[in-house]
Amino acid sequence: MSKSLLSAGSTQVDPHGTARPVRRRKPLSVRAYKWFRVGALTVVVLALLAPLAWLFASSLKTNVDIYDATKTIVFTPTLENYVNVITRNNYFVYIFNSFWVAFVSTVLSLVLGVPAAYAMSRFTMQRSALVVLMARVIPGISLLVPWYYVFSNMRMVGGFTVLILSHMFVALPLIVYIMMSYFDSMPLELEESAQVDGLTPIGAFQKITLPLSVGGMATAGILAFIFSWNNFMFALVLSGAHTKTLPVAIFDFVSYASIDWGGLMAAATVVTVPIMVIALFTQKYIVSGMTAGATKG
Amino acid sequence: MSVSYTTPTRAKGVAKPRTFSDWANKHRKWLFAAPAMIFVGLLIIFPLVWTIYLSLTDAHGSVRAPSDFIGLKNYLTVLSDTDRFWPAAGRTAYFTFSALAVEMVLGMIIALLLWRPFRGEKWVRVAILLPLVATPVAVGMMWRLIFDPNIGFANQMLGWVGIPPQPLLSGQYTALPTTIFMDIWQWTPMVVLILLAGLTSLSDEPDEAARVDGANARQRFFYVTLPLIMPTVIVAILLRSIDALKTFDTLYATKGKGGGSFHEVETLNVYAYGLSFDYNEYGVASAVLMIFFLIIIAFMWILTRRRKGAKQ
Repeated sequence: MSKSLLSAGSTQVDPHGTARPVRRRKPLSVRAYKWFRVGALTVVVLALLAPLAWLFASSLKTNVDIYDATKTIVFTPTLENYVNVITRNNYFVYIFNSFWVAFVSTVLSLVLGVPAAYAMSRFTMQRSALVVLMARVIPGISLLVPWYYVFSNMRMVGGFTVLILSHMFVALPLIVYIMMSYFDSMPLELEESAQVDGLTPIGAFQKITLPLSVGGMATAGILAFIFSWNNFMFALVLSGAHTKTLPVAIFDFVSYASIDWGGLMAAATVVTVPIMVIALFTQKYIVSGMTAGATKG
Repeated sequence: MSVSYTTPTRAKGVAKPRTFSDWANKHRKWLFAAPAMIFVGLLIIFPLVWTIYLSLTDAHGSVRAPSDFIGLKNYLTVLSDTDRFWPAAGRTAYFTFSALAVEMVLGMIIALLLWRPFRGEKWVRVAILLPLVATPVAVGMMWRLIFDPNIGFANQMLGWVGIPPQPLLSGQYTALPTTIFMDIWQWTPMVVLILLAGLTSLSDEPDEAARVDGANARQRFFYVTLPLIMPTVIVAILLRSIDALKTFDTLYATKGKGGGSFHEVETLNVYAYGLSFDYNEYGVASAVLMIFFLIIIAFMWILTRRRKGAKQ
């Protein structure tokens, strides 16, 4: 062990002067790192994208082609599965349901959450904030049981109201969390000078703070929408035949006897692609929302 | 000077009429916070209290059926259940810790690779974002096809390098590691984003100083960079562990009810769901949930303590 280390070291020792080999070695290691980085990141990108590409490719294959190992990569694409999904399975209804539930719960959560986050940030209401953020920690099922008890006794299970309320449970804590860190980083001086100029504190919030926090609200709103759109567990229990959201509707393609793989992959693509498109256009907001509060002390 | 709304005394005795606006401005702290707090109270605190109550009753069957108070009997039943509860708890711990460990190490490596700007950075960031926002159920279905023992791409790939077909998702012992792999694929990007935000917020000076002092790359990472972003690392661990503990969507999408025919991926969350909505054993399910909840709270408490320690 020590012998090999010594011999490895001795090759780098230049008897005429130690400065030269060090200078020569450094650019080499920098170059080596560059190539290593390119290689490693290529592997990462491929590993992240290949499964999604596979999902998309399979959605364009007939069920016969999916079972044919020779048609893994080369195959004749067909839109048959998509036609099937949309015409036979009422997917427009489910797409609307998913959108409506995510949209309304996000808007309502913004209305409730933004002023609350403002108060919690400005008055440092740490204990209240903790209560709201607890919702992030609680396993959803521990709320589903009592909700199911109450709402099925009120005969509300299967309606939009219950679904929207349950999705607000996902959206509200997220919005409060992101907006609190946004307000925390916003200088107080703006509001103070507005109040000197004669605005009431609520007026200053309305006319100065709110317009300035549009970016933060966009961040919080987009993330809340995505999380609500992706939510599965609440809709699984609380939605009915007419209010089913897309993640639940996917299961229509899985039966005990067999799986319609082509249809299933087309349905999965229909669920994910809208959210990915939104994500690509709002990348900056999503990243800032995902990392909100992570770096401050 | 502006009128002070936080103190009860009025400035310079200006006798303004007590309007609604005055009242609202004076009480804006609670006026702003109250709607959200009431919502949280109704939808979270009240159900939580009810779950505690249910866990002390023998509620089962129909939600309209009367139930009796039976004290801590459900907890005794659950804690002595070596058939379903303890294996599920073990699987939850195994799933969470393995996924978390791999995600943190991989996430740190990728974040370090992305740290310094380079050409094509935009494309890498897009690739990182896509799994993160993909719908978990759809992702589960995607893996279900990829890992299918007969027609899946995974076994085809293994075949190319000469490895015989593996049962993967359908195997009794390989299913859980396979779902951990799925979790790693989807959530390592989240760790990367958080750690990258931490890294880019660092100033270059400590790193430069260490470089001048002759520290090599490994020394600079372990003795300079890592201690500096430790609070961010703990936030990443905190957020990831909360979600990993509660993983449900992908497990349900790939293995169905009860975590498969041998309960091979049945974690506490899947078990509690099955008890509640497949068997309608609300009392026992509530006891499982309370124990699960306490485990999560304990975990969080330890991590936040560590975070405070790391910041000092």
